[in-house]
Amino acid sequence: MAAPAIDLQGVACTFVSKDHPGQRYTAVQGVDLSVGAGEFVSVVGPTGCGKSTLLNVAAGLLAPSAGSVQVFGEPLTGTNRRAGYMFQAESLMPWRTALQNVMAGLQFQGVAQAEARTRAQEWLARVGLADFGDRYPHQMSGGMRKRASLAQTLVLDPDIILMDEPFSALDIQTRQLMENEVLSLWQAKKKAVLFITHDLDEAIAMSDRVVVMSAGPASHPMGEFAIDLPRPRDVAEVKTQPRFLELHAAIWGELREEVLKGYAQQLKKA
Amino acid sequence: MWNLIKPRPATLRLWQLGLLVLLFLFWHVMTRPGLIPPFMFDNDKQAAFFFGEPIKIFGVIRDWFFINADIYQHLWVTLAETVMAFAIGAAGGLAGGLWLALSPMASAILDPYIKAMNAMPRIILAPIFAVWFGLGMGSKVALGVTLGFFIVFFNVYQGVKEVSPVVLSSARMLGASARQLLRHVYLPSATSWVFSSLHTSVGLAFVGAVGEYLGSSQGVGYLILQAEGSFDINTVMAGILVLTAFALVLDEMVGAIEKRLMVWQPKVGETEKL
Repeated sequence: MAAPAIDLQGVACTFVSKDHPGQRYTAVQGVDLSVGAGEFVSVVGPTGCGKSTLLNVAAGLLAPSAGSVQVFGEPLTGTNRRAGYMFQAESLMPWRTALQNVMAGLQFQGVAQAEARTRAQEWLARVGLADFGDRYPHQMSGGMRKRASLAQTLVLDPDIILMDEPFSALDIQTRQLMENEVLSLWQAKKKAVLFITHDLDEAIAMSDRVVVMSAGPASHPMGEFAIDLPRPRDVAEVKTQPRFLELHAAIWGELREEVLKGYAQQLKKA
Repeated sequence: MWNLIKPRPATLRLWQLGLLVLLFLFWHVMTRPGLIPPFMFDNDKQAAFFFGEPIKIFGVIRDWFFINADIYQHLWVTLAETVMAFAIGAAGGLAGGLWLALSPMASAILDPYIKAMNAMPRIILAPIFAVWFGLGMGSKVALGVTLGFFIVFFNVYQGVKEVSPVVLSSARMLGASARQLLRHVYLPSATSWVFSSLHTSVGLAFVGAVGEYLGSSQGVGYLILQAEGSFDINTVMAGILVLTAFALVLDEMVGAIEKRLMVWQPKVGETEKL
C-alpha cells in the first residue's frame, strides 16, 4: 500500500506561556491521524480543541512536542513543501495585487516571470477573478479575497491541501459556491485534503471521512465516520438526502457531549 | 460671492494662501515703524528690531536669490548635507532595524544601548563631531545621520515586528526562502511604517543647518549665525523662511514617493458622488 499523504503518529503539542514558564497548556495529545493520497478528510471538534494546531503540525509550521509526522512516507522537516495551506484569517499580502499574490508562490520557486503570470492569470480565471487581477486585497470583498487565496494555494499544484476553516468568515451563499468550487477542483485533481471546520454540515457534505476531536485540553481524535454519500456532490442538495441526516445524527451524537464539555470549560475559565 | 469662495476642496489652496498672506500682513502691521502707535515697546522701532519686518525679509531673500545670487553655494551645502545625512541614516537604520528585528537575541543584548543612544540629546554631540570631522560638511552629516538613523531604525524594527503572522506563514508555505521573506514580506511591511514617520521628521533632516550654526564657514546656518552676530533679525528670519520652504519641498517629495510606493494601502472614502 502506498504511504499516506499525511501520517501523524502519537502527536502531542504542549505550549509553554512565555510570561509564566510554569504555565503549560497541552492542546493535543496522542493524536494518530492519517490522510491517504487523494482523500478528503475533515476534522471537527468543539472550539479550542486544537484543530488548527494539528493543521500547523501537518504544515510543518509547528514542531510537535512529541510524536512523528510523515509526508508520503518521509519524515517532515521544516515547512511541508508538498502542501498548500489555506488560512482562516486574511493571508494575502496587502502590498500585492490579486495577480501578484497568486504569482507569489511561483516567483518564490523561480518560475520565469512571463510563465508565472500566465499560470496565475489562468487560476484567477478559474476562481472567477479574471478581471480583478489588478485589485489590491483591500479593494476586494471577503469572498473575492478567499477565492484569490484559493488560487494562490492551488496554482502551485500541491499534493496536499490544508484548509483551516477557510470559509468560516463568508456568508452562506458565497460559502456554498466556494465549497462546490473546491469540491469540483478536488474531484478533478484528487489531492489529499485535510479540512478543519467547526461546521458539521460542511464537513459531512465535503469529505470522505470525518474525524471528531474531543474537547481540549489534551484533545485527541475520538471517533471516525466514513461518509458514503455518492459523488459528485452539491453541498446544498446533499444536505436533503436521508443518508446525510443519518450521518449527521450519528456524528452529532458523539460531538454534542464534547461541545458541551468544551463550553463548560470555557465558562469555568471566564 | 460667499458661495464662490466657501471653503471646499476646490478652494483649499486659495484659503491656504490667503491665510499665509494674512499672517504676513499681521506681521507687517505689528512691526512696521510708524504704522500703529507702539503699545508694547518704548518706541516704534523696537518691534521691528525684535521681530523683523516682512518687507525687508523678502528684500533679503530677493537679494540672495536674484540680485547678489550668493545664497546658492550656501543652500547647496546645506541641502547636500541634508540629503547625505538622510541617505546614510536611512540605509543604516534599514539594515540595523531588519537585523535586530529578525534576530531576537542580538536585539535583547543591544536593547539598553539603543534606548540609551536614542534618549541621549544628540545635538550635544555636535561639538564632538566638529572635533572629529572638522568644521566642514563631515561633522554636519554625522550629526544628521544620528537623527535620521534612529527614526528609520525604530520604524523598520516596528514594521518587521508587526508583520501579520498569517501573511508570514502563508509566504513560508508558498515556499519563500529567508531572503525572499525579507524582500517580499518584511520590507514592504516595514516601508509603510517608515513613511508614516518621515513626514513628521522632515524638519529634523535640516539638523545640518543647526550644526552649521554651531561652527562652520558656509551653509544657510552659517548665514543665520553671521546675521545674528550683527543683530540683523531680518536676515535671520529670511534664513529660517528659506529653510522652511525647502523642508516643505522635501515633505512634498516624500509624499510623492509615498504615493507611488504605497498604492496598496486602503484609503477612506473612495466612492464618487454622481
